[in-house]
Amino acid sequence: MVATQLYDCRDAYMSALEEMAAEDTRVCAVANDSLSSAKLKNFKACFPERFVNVGIAEQNMVGVGAGLANGGMVPYVCGASCFLTARAMEQVKVDLAYTRANVKLCAMSPGMAYGQLGPTHHSIEDLAWMRVLPNLAVIVPADPIETAAAMRYSLIHEGPMFLRIARVPVPRVHDDGYKFRLGKAVKLRDGNDVTLIANGLMVSRALDAARALETRGVSARVLNMSTIKPLDREAIVDAARVTRGIVTAEEALAAGGLGGAVAEVLSTAHPAPLRILGVPDTFAPTGTAEFLLEHFGLTSAGIERAALELLGKEE
Amino acid sequence: MVWCMDKSLLEMPAAAEERSQWLHRKGNWIRLSAMTMNHRAGLGHTGGDLSSADILATLYLGGLLRVDSAEPRWPQRDRFILSKGHGAAAFYATLAARGFFPVEILRTYMEPLSMLNGHPDRNKLPGVEANTGPLGHGLPIAVGAALAARMRREAWRVFVMTGDGELQEGSNWEAAMTAQHYGLDNLTVIVDRNRIQQGDFTENTIRMEPLGARFAAFGFAVAEIDGHDAGALFDRFAHLPIETGKPSCIIARTIKGKGVSFAENQPAWHHGVPSAEQLAAAAAELGVEVSW
Repeated sequence: MVATQLYDCRDAYMSALEEMAAEDTRVCAVANDSLSSAKLKNFKACFPERFVNVGIAEQNMVGVGAGLANGGMVPYVCGASCFLTARAMEQVKVDLAYTRANVKLCAMSPGMAYGQLGPTHHSIEDLAWMRVLPNLAVIVPADPIETAAAMRYSLIHEGPMFLRIARVPVPRVHDDGYKFRLGKAVKLRDGNDVTLIANGLMVSRALDAARALETRGVSARVLNMSTIKPLDREAIVDAARVTRGIVTAEEALAAGGLGGAVAEVLSTAHPAPLRILGVPDTFAPTGTAEFLLEHFGLTSAGIERAALELLGKEE
Repeated sequence: MVWCMDKSLLEMPAAAEERSQWLHRKGNWIRLSAMTMNHRAGLGHTGGDLSSADILATLYLGGLLRVDSAEPRWPQRDRFILSKGHGAAAFYATLAARGFFPVEILRTYMEPLSMLNGHPDRNKLPGVEANTGPLGHGLPIAVGAALAARMRREAWRVFVMTGDGELQEGSNWEAAMTAQHYGLDNLTVIVDRNRIQQGDFTENTIRMEPLGARFAAFGFAVAEIDGHDAGALFDRFAHLPIETGKPSCIIARTIKGKGVSFAENQPAWHHGVPSAEQLAAAAAELGVEVSW
């Protein structure tokens, strides 16, 4: 068996950003010192006059983004998600979301990508924090194809966006011709027993789980819910109608993120059995990203188990 | 010097002395308008409205800010950002006087569904550049706008007015470092140095002096002037940047509650609201009328 090729989505983000900057002189980048982790070294070399490094100063960084947008630029504000969200939360709320500033937040290395560095550097709260802000589109691409497509889309979308750019390597789940549509779930696999809704790096794991479930005679639908906001309510309600229950999976706290968003729709529009997979109400122990994902059951086996349990088919 | 022919500017005298007197009266009209708005709303930040009025009058009504009320989002306009968003009443009165919207709209200040929120909202009101209110936001936004002008090789300038207590927020100093590093001489920070914050005098709370030396140490060219002297303000604003290659900082020494004896230098008037009697007394002291 040939090993599946894995991709760092930051490469797709970087290529898309550089291409867009070459085509559109409004595109600029704002960094907070971390040029390597935000993959901006080549951008700085190619477009020095459209590159701003504010240093280690995230509140200022987001405000600078808002000002650049006021002046007619389209800034991509790129920093580690843990700092970009938590440190600059009020600027994201007021300067971007409330103001409807045309700023794109590129949240690098989210979730537990920084593994052993510990909970200070994990960003498992970001989806809950970002999702509640009016006007802010929140996108969690699943693979390099979708990362590039969402980046491309961001330039024609007028308004603030939060793009969660994965660092943990993932396989491709989309074809080359994939077109990103804001607020639309992508049905990667149809099924009528159970629906698996995932985003980010959990999408390929949900697909693996669906294949495993098939061998047990369980037909699983898989939705890539890469846009958490605005949320595709119709896809969720349809899944609740057609299948017997839903399992959500995200590399984030189980509270307030994708699972929370799905729960809000189900409880008010079409109650259905639901299992939410994510990090429970705790800060993670020490370990690599892959260890922590295993530790919290954020694996294809974990999704498969949850689906079987939901369907009453536990071993 | 007058940039565009808003009707509000046509009557400004050309001679310096008369112009200063005219701007002084405009400042007092902004003061009484703000107090009237705060009185009607039963809410507001009177002290800071009164301290900032002459700065606003000179910039907007003295024609020094290159804005066009007929085209509020004109791409080449100068940007003015009121970082001390709680000074909204004085700012709204100024925008109305400059022609951005009819003065009668000032009556709706803080009423349900009004365009005139307690703090400015650029999506509701023409002439507003940034949604401010939480402190320490305006200067980073202003730095970003100044960088945008530079990237686009355009000549418009950026002005931001902060409070003085506001400068206790660290984000201002993050932004100041960026302004210095990029040599943003298209950026002017105006500090409304009224020496009083919500709870007490600034120097009793967190010492701000030597404020000018601090900005200078952060790479700004600094000028300290009387923030109620319309002539001095006009001359300073007409000659910017203070130093080529450096961002400018104008520390405008002001008096909180300026022009209304019972409100002057009183911390309680930070968000004091005038009664009908106090409003009448203020009108008499200021020597102006508000007809809207």
